[in-house]
Amino acid sequence: MDDYNFAYLDEETKRMIRRAILKGVAIPGYQVPFASREMPMPYGWGTGGVQVSAACLTPEDCFKVIDQGADDTTNAVSIRKFFERTAGVATTERTAEATVIQTRHRIPETALTEGQILVYQVPIPEPLRFLEPRETETRRMHALEDYGLMHVKLYEDIARHGEIATAYAYPVKVEGRYVMDPSPIPKFDNPKMEMAAIQLFGAGREQRIYAIPPYSQVVSLDFEDHPFVPGKAPHDCALCGASDTYLDEIITDDAGARMYVCSDTDYCAGRRGDYCAGRRGEAI
Amino acid sequence: MSALDGGFADAPAEASRAFRAVLEAMARPGRIETVTGARAPGLSVAASVVLLTLVDGTTPVFLAEDVDRPALRQWLAFHTGAPVVARGAAMFALGGWAALGPLAAYPQGSPEYPDRSASLIVEVERLENAGARLTGPGIEAEARLTLPDPEAHRANRATFPLGLDFIFCAGSRMAGLPRSTRVEG
Repeated sequence: MDDYNFAYLDEETKRMIRRAILKGVAIPGYQVPFASREMPMPYGWGTGGVQVSAACLTPEDCFKVIDQGADDTTNAVSIRKFFERTAGVATTERTAEATVIQTRHRIPETALTEGQILVYQVPIPEPLRFLEPRETETRRMHALEDYGLMHVKLYEDIARHGEIATAYAYPVKVEGRYVMDPSPIPKFDNPKMEMAAIQLFGAGREQRIYAIPPYSQVVSLDFEDHPFVPGKAPHDCALCGASDTYLDEIITDDAGARMYVCSDTDYCAGRRGDYCAGRRGEAI
Repeated sequence: MSALDGGFADAPAEASRAFRAVLEAMARPGRIETVTGARAPGLSVAASVVLLTLVDGTTPVFLAEDVDRPALRQWLAFHTGAPVVARGAAMFALGGWAALGPLAAYPQGSPEYPDRSASLIVEVERLENAGARLTGPGIEAEARLTLPDPEAHRANRATFPLGLDFIFCAGSRMAGLPRSTRVEG
């Protein structure tokens, strides 16, 4: 471990983030402002998630990072190494072994359990932002539970495309009160948000933290005659054969040939039973 | 003991473990967590740990009269630097249930910023999974917790998303009760 304070941030900053997390847990789905710090990585690379993870990690934790479901992409590798260096925590690629999982844009396929924390990286935490740019107005809309504009947006989807065309960052209502942006996860993942683990959301540039306690009710917004449909590519995984996972489309040649594979690399490798076939880097 | 004693020996590690216990307690109302590592004069281990984990110079604290002693003020000043204030200006409040009231005197948050409300650290004699029935976020079916005054929490829940959040402490044991929890009996 390098000569940083444990988990990089100073203790006063961690206390500030911890207080924001607790208020977020007490008010499910409400965006708590926090004094986001400049991190040694650019905005858009998970600075919010990294700060939440830093405030949560203990020396005994086992940490996993995924980026679009994969453990081995640049964002995931660099954040994993960041906490290996600054917190000295154990890391893993296996969902079931991890106690803290930081994610960019996916929920793991393996069901999470009590004792696990899922930390989301969030670019735009305000679900109403593209409908109403003024923070003062969106604050008031949340205060008054005035979510008509969001339903108009979904209705316009139907009027234009015949269905709700929103495929990711699909808005949810938490515990019947706050409409919340689930971060840009595919809507396929929305039903998984009612889970046994604690879910924490960090938006670094936008300086917001929010949370969903375990077993909370999380409802994807829809209409009686246009119910919410999770949706995925109509294929099985070309590698492991799974029919119930979210798939990435991979272009395999210049002629447009393609294959569909699980986006969750740990889940897919586990099903194929070749987990240790040269996939793990030497740092682990 | 002097005001210099009773702090964390290894603050970053111990505070991180303590925060995880507080987080689990708040996120799963009714779950009783055990913590160690801090001891303030006249306070339980759990209340001392919560103070060191969450309180600092940016968080005004109210001390109820049953815990407000010079020794505790000195300990708080040395270890946290938190200003001691009246109920209406407090982000955290500390004391026994009877001495903490009236609850309406604490900041409850505003409709735009419901997070700007006080968190009460309550010293109780006994903390068991018995008595009042809890349901709501963080609870799979139901939980039970010995509460000094369930009616007060029903009134607190009725103002959601405004309201107070509670951390109950007995010895080294601790349980959370956020404003979102529905309390019966």
